[in-house]
This record gives sequence, C-alpha cells and structure tokens, in this order.
Amino acid sequence: MRERIAIVGVGQTYHKSKRPDVNDVEMINEAVNAALNDAQLHPKDIDAVVMGNIDFFEGRYLSDMWTVDGIGSYLKAGFKVHTGGTTGGTVANCGFFVAASGLFDVVLAVGYQKQDACDSRAALMTWSDPVWDRHIHKGAIGLHARRAALYMRASGAQEIHGAMVRVKEDKGACLNPYAHLKLNLTIEDVLNSPPLVYPLRRVHMCPTSCGACALVIATEKKAKKISRKPVWVKDWTEAHLEKAPVPGIGSPEEEVSINALETAATKLYRRNGITNPRKEIHLIEMYGPTSWSELQWLPELHICDLKDSWKLIEKGVTEIDGELPVNPSGGVVATNPIGASGTLRVAEAALQIRGDAGGHQVTREVDRALATAYGAGGWNVVVLLEKNL
Amino acid sequence: MSERIGIVAVAQTKYQKSRPDVRESELVYEVVEKLLTETGLRFTDDGTGIDAAVTCSHDHWDGVTISSWPIADVTGGHLRPEEKVAEDGIFAAYYAFIQILSGHYDVVLVTAHTKESQTSKNLIENSSFDPVYHQMLGLDYTMCAALQAKRYMYKYGITEEQCARVVVKNKKNACKNPNAQEPAELEIGDVLSSRPLAYPIRYLDKKPTSDGACAMILAREEKAKKLTDRPVWIEGVGSCYEGYYIGDRELGDCENLIKAAKSAYRMAGISDPKKEIGVFEISEEYSYQELLWTEGLGLCDKGRGGTLIESGATALDGEIPVNPSGGLLSGVPTNVAGLSRVAEAVIQLQGKGGDRQVSARKALAQGMCGPCGQLQCVMVLGI
Repeated sequence: MRERIAIVGVGQTYHKSKRPDVNDVEMINEAVNAALNDAQLHPKDIDAVVMGNIDFFEGRYLSDMWTVDGIGSYLKAGFKVHTGGTTGGTVANCGFFVAASGLFDVVLAVGYQKQDACDSRAALMTWSDPVWDRHIHKGAIGLHARRAALYMRASGAQEIHGAMVRVKEDKGACLNPYAHLKLNLTIEDVLNSPPLVYPLRRVHMCPTSCGACALVIATEKKAKKISRKPVWVKDWTEAHLEKAPVPGIGSPEEEVSINALETAATKLYRRNGITNPRKEIHLIEMYGPTSWSELQWLPELHICDLKDSWKLIEKGVTEIDGELPVNPSGGVVATNPIGASGTLRVAEAALQIRGDAGGHQVTREVDRALATAYGAGGWNVVVLLEKNL
Repeated sequence: MSERIGIVAVAQTKYQKSRPDVRESELVYEVVEKLLTETGLRFTDDGTGIDAAVTCSHDHWDGVTISSWPIADVTGGHLRPEEKVAEDGIFAAYYAFIQILSGHYDVVLVTAHTKESQTSKNLIENSSFDPVYHQMLGLDYTMCAALQAKRYMYKYGITEEQCARVVVKNKKNACKNPNAQEPAELEIGDVLSSRPLAYPIRYLDKKPTSDGACAMILAREEKAKKLTDRPVWIEGVGSCYEGYYIGDRELGDCENLIKAAKSAYRMAGISDPKKEIGVFEISEEYSYQELLWTEGLGLCDKGRGGTLIESGATALDGEIPVNPSGGLLSGVPTNVAGLSRVAEAVIQLQGKGGDRQVSARKALAQGMCGPCGQLQCVMVLGI
C-alpha cells in the first residue's frame, strides 16, 4: 500500500422505517455532521468525497448531484459508486483506495438509503433477467429462505438456532441508540413470528430502514494529528459473483456456500498473515441480511466448520460478552439502510476498537476486527481494522 | 508520482443509433474481447493477468438494479474484484487509476456501456432532481443546458453562429472517424434551421441518441511496458463537483471545471495547456459546451470560447485541435462519453488516429456528469 490509512471519524443517523421529517440531503447531512464532529474537522478539511446508494431504491438517477449540499462535496473532488447491497462496503473500500492512493489526505465516504421513498422489493426484483427470470423472481426472501433451509440440512441446525441468533442481535440493538428495530424478543417470540418462506420468519428478515453513515478516512500523517484513537485500516478485499441463474439450478451443497465471501476472506487472511482467524480476529460486524446468515457465513470466514456454527451461538461465543462477538450493534437484521448497511459495519467495528460503542461495547478487548458487506446474491467486501499500526 | 500508470489498450464499438441485436453483456463483451485479444491478458488471480475491473453503467439506463451484475461474467467479476462507478465513464478510469496508485492492483480493466435507445433520456434525467421542488417542473438536462447556454451567451455575447460552428466542425471531423455514428458535412445554416428543442438548443446542437460501449486496460509502469510498446501515461487527474441548485450557480462560467483542470495540470506539471497539450477530447453534449469547456480548461480567457473557434485554432488542422474524433455531437452514448474521450486521446497519442490523426505528445480528456456539467473530470495523458 502506498499510504497507510486510518478511520478518524464515524457518524450515523438514527435509523427508522420512515423519515418524513427530512429529505435525502438533510438525512445524509446528519451522518456527515456526526462524522465531522467525531473527527473534530470542518468541511473545508475534507479533500475528496465518495458516496454510494442504490439508484432504484429512491428512483434517483445520479443521487450525488442533488445531495451535494448534504455531503459537503461542493467544489471538492469525488464520485459515486454502486454495487447493490454491497454498496455501503464498496463506499468504504472506495474511500480506502482514494486515501491510500496518496492523491488526497482526508477523504469522506458516505453511504445512504431512504427506503421510505419507494417499494424496495419491487426495485430489487428488477435485478433479475427481464426475459428469463423476472416473472418468477421473488426478491431476497426466497433466495435466503432456500439458503437457510439448505444450511439446516447440511449442518443439523434447528429452527431454535436461528431464533437464538435473532435474540442475540436484538439484545445488541436494544443497547444501540441508533438501531432501527428494538423488539425485546424472546426465543418464543421468534419461533411464533409469522412465517415468510420456511424457515424464514418475519423477524428473521432485515427491515427496510432510512439512514446514512459516514466515515472520515485519513493518511497516516494526518490521522495521527486528527485523532487520538485512529483505527487503522489494515486491508480490504472484495469478490463479486457472476449473475446466477434462478436459485435452484446449482446443487444444494453448492448453494449453502456463497463462495465469494470465502474467496475475499481467504485472500485477506493470506495477505495479512492470519492463520487462525477464530483466535486472531476479536470481533466481527457481518452484513447478514437474515438471522441465518451468521450461521451460514461464519464457516466462510474460517471461524468454524459448517457443522459447528450453530454450536457457537449455543455456547454464547458470539454474544456481546462472548469470546468472539458477532454483530453487537444488532447488525443488518435490526438496521438496514441498504446503501449504508455495509458502511455501518465498518463504522461499528471501528467504534468497538476505539472502545466508543457505548451501550453495546463488547466486554472483551478488541485489537482486530472484521467488517463485511454482502449484496446481489453473493457479492462480498471484507475489511480488516486494527487498533495498533 | 514515483511510478507511472499507463493505458495499454483501448477499444470502442461502432456507435450506433440502436443496437437491438445485442444485450448489455454482449455489447460489453465486444470491447472486452478486443482488449483480451490485443493484450493477450486473461482474468487471473496470480498477478499475471487482469487483477480487477471498474465498470460504469446505470440502473436507470439498463432498467436493471445493480446494473453491473449482468455484465459480471464478461468483466471478470466472478469471485474477483469488480466495482461500479455510477457516473460518467471517465470516472471509472479515474477510479481504476486510484486503485492502482493505492498499491492493491497492477492491471485493471475499465468498461462503460449504455443503450440509450431502449429508454427515455429526459425521464431518467428528470429523476435526478429534487423530487418535491424540481421534478414536477419537468426539468431534464436539455432544459438545464438551454438555461446555461442562454446565460453564457448573455454574459459574454456568445452567438448562436459560434455554437453552430462547433457542430459543423465536429460532424466534419467525424467523417474521418470510422466509429462515429452521425458524420456529416453541414453548413452553419443547417444547424441554425434545425428544429428547436429548448431555445437556444436546437436538434443539431444536441448529442444524438446512441448505443455502444468503450473499454480500456490500465497498468502499472513495469507491466504496461511489457504489454505494449506504446503505453500512454496518465500524468494528471482532477475532478470537482459544482452546487446542485442551478439558480445558485454562475452558469456562464464553470468553476468546477477550472478547479478540476488546475489539479490535473498541477499534477502533470503543466503551466500553459495551450502550448503544452497537443490535442483535446472533450465532452460537448451540447454545442455551447465545447466553447465553455475550452474556457474552463484554460485554452482561452473567460468569454472567448466563441472567438477561439472562429479563429480555427480548434479545427483538425488548427494549433489546438479539439475533438478530432467528432466529439459527442457525432454520437456517443451518455456514460460512455467521457471514457470514449480518454480512448480517443490514447488513440491520438499512440498514432493510431488514421485520417483524424493530429500531431501531439500530450493529450487531454474531459468528462462530465449531471446537469450543466455539475461534476467534472479532467485527465492529462502523455507519451
């Protein structure tokens, strides 16, 4: 890497289903202001701005044009990226690339989505092939239900394990002032939640939230001046996926795994000399669109075997006070402003390393954390953050 | 920069009014295949081939959310890095350059595609505006361009004839470009008598509807030299946003382009672009924009864009040829527009311009996005 870089400021909005009190510009500004305040910077200190959201969700073409005033990109360098659900993670990656390039010292990366502006599922269905798939496509729910069912068959997990993950995530969300859904769930509540597509129940599925998240990223020299607790961005990888045909074409065993996450994580570990991620990673903020995702994807991150991931939640390993906390913020199942969901994972992991997460600060010391973003049926971004350079 | 980054190969489709024979992925593969054949590169993970891809497309134009997904198979996106820039295509090249600078990748593929023929340009553009106050006015970028053209003409006394000269010059240059969609030998009168769209913009003042794709491969110096004997180096880049509210902007000038150009010139060590850069490929979606952008790029003083074209300096045989390819007015799709400017600049510097070849050792490509060029990008290239 040309420049070593760090996150020196994070900011997010409070998340809700509907934000009729603000427009996109004002909502973004809440997160940007929070991030600038966190970094103790003024908009004039920012050299470049990158932003992202999913165009179809607000129905907005070139959303970075209207939102210039909210982001503070007036007369600044920058551009917009969009990779579907991964967008929030891609925005963070993009900010890392821009800062590491040495062209700019301080970079602002902003992800947002205002899902009260449209029907997200209708927008999402347009991802499918207009000729072959669109008439039978069911959005994200069918895809994830099938994956969860296949996971249960392959691993021996029971419905209760999905419920345990959901309750754990809800506990985190209830402690997180910014989280969207705070439901005070019990295992019974989850098991009695209305079914969507087996084994998915309503509370298993991520909500549609409005919100934004911003990161201030700086090169080493600047970072040390700006922040007493810079969080170092050690590395980041991504792996995307070829457009899959209708779910069900591949073999069930193939479908449990999404491959791209495993590919991205393996590359990241290899580049950074991580040989035992279960011990060397201290916290994970994972983009899991359903409560089952955590169980399915911890094996992809080489944390455990597929057959063992439900045992981790049984033993409390992934709880907020566990040995390897996963999603102490409540995760995407509690809060899902989709274009910001990936950015939030990075922001929350950074706050945990700083020890500034507040109510949902984990009990163990966090020196090294992983954040992921997921999108479009299997694209993935993985980010490695560290406390010490 | 300690190490240079070069463009080793470029490819464009022939730009056409409509391509119902291909879908987006097939359109992109036309250009990607040319690059793979020319360079012999493959999508590999061991550092011997293309490491990553940056694509440019838009959900709205493709009618598909996550519009880079259907092209992932032809851009090497399967289990590998691929990111989509949702701006004009020049930003994809800009981002690929940044990715290589960051040290993560050595060789990056850049693509841009649009099939304008399959949807409505003004509906899409309208959706980019404030949904409460501006969308209902029916605003699209042609209306904004008309406001900008009028302000520019009023402020500096630019005439409709001077704008029409841009159309005449570029369409004539296009006659020498085999990829051009609508080359023509026109008189100024033909432009002025074409049907008005939004005064003072007339039918021939506006870029026609177009389908096509453009792609290129960027590589770190050491690899670039192995891949081609004529690498074109990216010597300077700059980008800059303007404000959103058209009423708040001084439309008669282009502060953001001036700023973007300054960054690019500073990085490339250029003090007098008019003398040091031999050819300019710029994004004139509307005829007046070539005049205004030449001012922003520092080729003449503010308000002198009209005089500059009258002097013949920007003609194919002039001292600072602007758009020898025929520019966007001869037909290049939105989003492909800026990337095709970079491709044309590379073609000129590699001496592959054929009948449109000019003599230059440095070239400038400019791309833009949004109403009245709200986001600008400038790239200085050299050999």
